[in-house]
Amino acid sequence: MITEFGHFALVLAFFVACVQAVVPLVGAYKRWPGWMAVAEPAANVQFLLTAASFAALTYAFVFSDFSVQLVTINSHTDKPLLYKITGVWGNHEGSMLLWVLIVTLFGAFAAWFGGNLPPTLKARVLSVQAMIGVAFFAFILFTSNPFLRMSVPPFDGQDLNPLLQDPGLAFHPPFLYLGYVGLSMTFSFAVAALIEGRVDAAWGRWVRPYTLAAWIFLTVGIGLGSWWAYYELGWGGFWFWDPVENASFMPWLIAVALLHSAIVVEKRESLKSWTVLLAIIAFGFSMVGAFITRSGVITSVHAFATDPERGVFLLLILAVFMIGALALFAARANVLQAKGVFSLASRESMLVANNVLLAVSALVVFVGTMWPLVSEMAFDRKLSVGAPFFNMAFTPFMVVLGLILPVGAMLPWKRANIGRIIRQLRGAFALAVAVGALTFAMQTGRSALGPVGLFLGAWLVSGAAVDLWGRTGRGKNRLGRLARLPRADWGKSIAHAGLGVTFAGVAGILAWETEDIRVLQMGESLDLSGYTVKLDDVRRIQGPNYTAVQADMVLSRDGREISTLQPEKRNYPVARMPTTEAALDIGFWRDIYVVIGDPQDNGGWAVRTYYKPLANWIWGGSILMAIGGAFSLSDRRYRVAAGARKAAPRASGVPAE
Amino acid sequence: MKHLALSLALCLMASPLLALEPDEVLDDPKLEERARDISAGLRCLVCRNESIDESNADLARDLRLLVRERLIAGDSNDEVVQFIVDRYGEYVLLNPRVTGSNLVLWLAGPGMLLIGAGIGWAYLRRRGRAEDDQIDPLDEDEAERLREIMKD
Repeated sequence: MITEFGHFALVLAFFVACVQAVVPLVGAYKRWPGWMAVAEPAANVQFLLTAASFAALTYAFVFSDFSVQLVTINSHTDKPLLYKITGVWGNHEGSMLLWVLIVTLFGAFAAWFGGNLPPTLKARVLSVQAMIGVAFFAFILFTSNPFLRMSVPPFDGQDLNPLLQDPGLAFHPPFLYLGYVGLSMTFSFAVAALIEGRVDAAWGRWVRPYTLAAWIFLTVGIGLGSWWAYYELGWGGFWFWDPVENASFMPWLIAVALLHSAIVVEKRESLKSWTVLLAIIAFGFSMVGAFITRSGVITSVHAFATDPERGVFLLLILAVFMIGALALFAARANVLQAKGVFSLASRESMLVANNVLLAVSALVVFVGTMWPLVSEMAFDRKLSVGAPFFNMAFTPFMVVLGLILPVGAMLPWKRANIGRIIRQLRGAFALAVAVGALTFAMQTGRSALGPVGLFLGAWLVSGAAVDLWGRTGRGKNRLGRLARLPRADWGKSIAHAGLGVTFAGVAGILAWETEDIRVLQMGESLDLSGYTVKLDDVRRIQGPNYTAVQADMVLSRDGREISTLQPEKRNYPVARMPTTEAALDIGFWRDIYVVIGDPQDNGGWAVRTYYKPLANWIWGGSILMAIGGAFSLSDRRYRVAAGARKAAPRASGVPAE
Repeated sequence: MKHLALSLALCLMASPLLALEPDEVLDDPKLEERARDISAGLRCLVCRNESIDESNADLARDLRLLVRERLIAGDSNDEVVQFIVDRYGEYVLLNPRVTGSNLVLWLAGPGMLLIGAGIGWAYLRRRGRAEDDQIDPLDEDEAERLREIMKD
């Protein structure tokens, strides 16, 4: 009954979205307030209906209603409650429902907090957002219905893929979708502005919080996924350049570019058409991601639905929205006139460079991801494009970006005196060079990766600190002023420093990781980069829905015991799948990572141990970036953007920084 | 009964392999390092985008052993890779070769950077030069308002 209710709510939401996609748009064109006003209640109703539908599916999962096909395929009565809930989106149909729930959530958000938008723009934004909703409601209802019943319900389900039964991966999809779909909001704003024929500083200010929120969620989602891969896959890889990872990385890169170019629109009324184009492309990449994951066109580790019919449908959605939006862009871009004037040495120019680097690097990832497909279809040449290519083709962009970032972040708008900035940054640069040189001297005969990465990390972090300190002016009480700086300034410096920390972490782990693979007899120990790992005990244990072999491995240094690590090798009998659960001793400077393998014929166990320097800096940096974003988002200048409407024509009068 | 079924299922299930088994590791650390380097660049053909170094499939194990065999036989790194490519095709290379149509792939990055930088530069020049004619003259109302302000 509840399942049918959920199904019905979904169909109703589809119809509401249809109405919301047409009526307010016509209303905005004809200037009929009544028709425009339909958008707001419609967005609310659409969200409530979709939420009800999602709740119904969750109910079926939590109470193990095996008459629902999706529950049977993806759940089991013995599964812990947490994974019964997260199992809702651990499959294609349920995750699409989550996707569309977030589409309607963002629409409702624009309705709740869009009070300061001009009525026509608001009606158009909500209408475009509803069009996106219509497309995905139709996709779910016609190709991926989660509410299908079984004619004969089985006694128990087939369990969720054990790899997904993990806290890291359980919350990875919701964050990622909040990010992907958050970009649909900027898309709606861009298309609405094109229809409206008006992009000004106020528009830049309205779009930025949505971009920022989407970007924060994407950062957290990608970070969680990478962290999960690190501890779950059994050898501590954190990024594989897999098509699906690239699918999340491309929107991230474009979102970063968009964030920065929207600042130029907001403060200087330049780069307007470019920003609108980026907003369109960013959501385009989100949909490319959905297509790659769900069509099976490109083989990937975690493609989870490979169905040509769905692929074609998604491709159709992608094509309609991209062709439509880009055609509109081509027709209307000429009305978006740039206003600001600036010289070559200015923050505007540096942000243009930032955008060129980010956009091109995203395109490099895109070309690399699609190349096997293109090559096979166009040249009949079946080949692979993997990590070695991406490392080589992508890394230089990030190095250059890291080099110019601290300078660009400090340059004033319009016209800058580069010499002054260089004088301010001299200390930071010297410190960074010293760190790089020290690293180079300490390591022997290895690649340049480590020193370069640590140099960039130190440069970015100290550059961010100099930037922040420089804003406190001169004279006494600089500390007090530091605490009172606008949150956006803090956010900027924290996020930039976070990028530096991540750079250092990636370089550290890639350059100085050590690995030991061997057979250990019970009670035997091995040496790993100054640490001693002793195999103490191995036993069988029983989990809620798995059995496992668990080892006790004692980690010590200079005879002093640090911790007992308990790696496991699990077997999920229902899903018929084994997983490795590595055990980690997490530290600031390094992780010790141990994995227990198979028993050997001559007694003893296969054991893998890794010493991973700076591993946590990768995710620490990601968290810093997300925190920086949150600081920016909470800046009161965005909360009081309400005043921006009246001031819209002169919003460029906001103090330039 | 349930327990019996469970233990039966456990027995029937092949136990998982680690990617690289201790018995595969070569005694000569130099040679082993070369083997790892080569393995990281070769694709496991039955997997989905994993190198043979990372994969626990049987085929990946066979390929790892083959790589080590060729190394012990005295092949150079390039010869080993060529040996495998001859048998399994270009598809095994995770780093596509810079030949023929692949030039498009390799030149895409630098090419797009040049184009992007060119467009960006042209834009910046235009904005820089636009200086003089950009200051909109005041219209009547604005001029009136300005006069009012200046009177005070």
